[in-house]
Order: sequence, then C-alpha cells, then structure tokens
Amino acid sequence: MAHGHQSSNTISQGEIPAPQTKWIWNTFWILLGITSFEFLIAFTKGPLHLNHYLVVFVFVVLTLVKAFYIVADFMHLKHEVKALVMSIVLPIAFIAWFILAMLIEGTFVHHSVYELFK
Amino acid sequence: MGHSISANVDDSKSLWGGGVEPLKVSYGKLMMWFFLLSDAITFSGLLIVYGFIRFSHPVFLGKEFVTSQHYWPIPDHVFTHIPFAHINAPLVFVGIMTFILIMSSVTMVLAVEAGHRMDKKAVEKWMLWTIFGGFCFLGSQAWEWSIFIGGSHNGLKLDDGSIIHGASLIHNEYGPQLFADLFFFITGFHGTHVLSGVILNIIIFYNVVMGVYEKRGHYEMVEKVGLYWHFVDLVWVFVFTFFYLV
Repeated sequence: MAHGHQSSNTISQGEIPAPQTKWIWNTFWILLGITSFEFLIAFTKGPLHLNHYLVVFVFVVLTLVKAFYIVADFMHLKHEVKALVMSIVLPIAFIAWFILAMLIEGTFVHHSVYELFK
Repeated sequence: MGHSISANVDDSKSLWGGGVEPLKVSYGKLMMWFFLLSDAITFSGLLIVYGFIRFSHPVFLGKEFVTSQHYWPIPDHVFTHIPFAHINAPLVFVGIMTFILIMSSVTMVLAVEAGHRMDKKAVEKWMLWTIFGGFCFLGSQAWEWSIFIGGSHNGLKLDDGSIIHGASLIHNEYGPQLFADLFFFITGFHGTHVLSGVILNIIIFYNVVMGVYEKRGHYEMVEKVGLYWHFVDLVWVFVFTFFYLV
C-alpha cells in the first residue's frame, strides 16, 4: 500500500501530483480502532457481567460513529453542499427513530406474549 | 423569475431556475446518492424487522448456553468456526470479513483520490485491490453459509424426538426458525449487493484500462461506483452489529 509519493507514468501525460492519502489512512485507523473495541466488549461482556442494555447501547452508538466516518469521509458527504447533506441525513435520522421505536415495540410484544400470561 | 445565464451565480433566484447544478454535484452523482438512500430504506426495513422479531423472543438466561428452538441464540455460540482449524473461535471469522470489506473500502477511496489526480495507473491498481477484496468477502460469506447450513456434529433434538442438523429455510438447529430465515435473507440480500458492486467495479475497471475516463477528462464514474461500494460496506457494518453483536 502506498504511503506517499509513488512513481507514475508522467512522461506523456504531464505532471501527476503526489497522492494526498493521509486523511484516508487516518479514517481507516479510526474505523479499525472502533471495530476492535466493539470486539473487545463482545468478548468481555460475559466475564465482566456488563449490563446487556448498556452493551447494546454502546454497540449502536459506535456503529453510528463508524457510519458517520464512512459517509462523511469516504463518501465525501461532509464536503458537499449543505442541502445535499441534509437530503441524506434527515431521512436517515427518521429511520434511526423508526428502528428505535420498533425495538421498543418488540420488547413490548415479548412482554405481552411471554410475561403477561404466566 | 430572474434568469441568469452565467452558471456560477449562487443567488436563490437563479439557483433553481434550471441550467445549473443546485446541489453542486453532477446528475449522475446526485442520482446515485438518492438511489443509495432508497436502498438504505430497504435494508432498514429488513433490520427493523430483525430487531422487532429478535426482541420479541425470549432470551437465554441460564449459565451454559445450548441451542434450542425456544429462545433466541447467542451469536458467539453459533458463529464459531474458522477455516482450516477445528477450534472454537467465536466471531473471529466475521471479524475478518468486516476487516476485508473495510480494507476494500479504503482501496476504493484511494482509487477515487488517484482519479482526482488523473493518475490512471494508480486508479487501476487500487480498483484491482477493491475487486479482489470484494471477491474475498463473497467467498468468505459463501463459506459462512456452508458452515451454517451444514450444522454441528450433534445437531439438535426437536420436541418430537427427531434430530436436525444445520439450518435452512425450513429447519434450524441453532434456534427459532426465524433466526435462520432472517440470517439468509439479510446476509443474502447484502451479498447480492456485494456481487453487483464487484461486477460494476469490474466494468468500470475495464473502462479505466481502456482509457475512457482519461479521454473524458475526469474519473467521476470511479467516484460514483465508489459511493455504491461504500454503501455496501456501510450496510455490512450495520448487519454485522445487529446480527452478530447485539
């Protein structure tokens, strides 16, 4: 993997500028770090007896953080015009609300079916 | 309506009057963004259903986990295999798959960056790595499916006494039937997107090699398929979290 200036065919095409890839690798390390941390939690939640809902909350938050980095950096969205950013972000925010609502409904159904008629 | 002919005037009267790009991106790129938004809604539907069904099932509350049809399985007790070794390695393989896909996303960004500099050779190199990563992921997912379908040595004894091995759309050794159904549908739907992404990348790679974009003067097509590829990676991040970790 290139870490800086790479030799390229500049003879017939004119000057090709040097790569500017530092920000790409920065984001990669952040994503790798967050994913490794998620795995760490997944393996230690048993021995450490972590609260299940806290673990789920942390996973969801970290996933959203990773999603932010992928969409904003890799997909370049943070450099786009605000109107375009909002056209993408706002519907996704509503979907996130939908997911949360359905998880809550799911636990309600569980409670009604399995707990209420004991 | 004041019509300004110059395309770079950024006042609201002429911004939406036609002839300019209101959101400062090309038609193709904008439509890719909106397609990805609609695809995100589709995947969200599947993941929302998964969350709803999963949380409406009982969870295992004992000490030593065994698979049963009566409660939702614990993923790190189901997905424990890695190739070439007969050891218990919970979630290791799926971690490797996640790493492969994130790496291929990185190589895709590097290809786009090279495209901005009109560096044809670098675009070819990074796109090849991305395609390779995509194939690795597809192979890994196929292997994961084969292990899941094959089942464990002991299988599961059902309430009526019969023993079943592995999982399919009609029986599931690891837990309730819906767990297997959702696994196949969600990872299958995602895998299909990875496959179509790899095919698109191959087509665009061919175009890059043929000099189509060099002649055109910009590598925006690489950027557009790059957006699709990142979306595929993004969906995997969510699928992996909700299916394997939560």
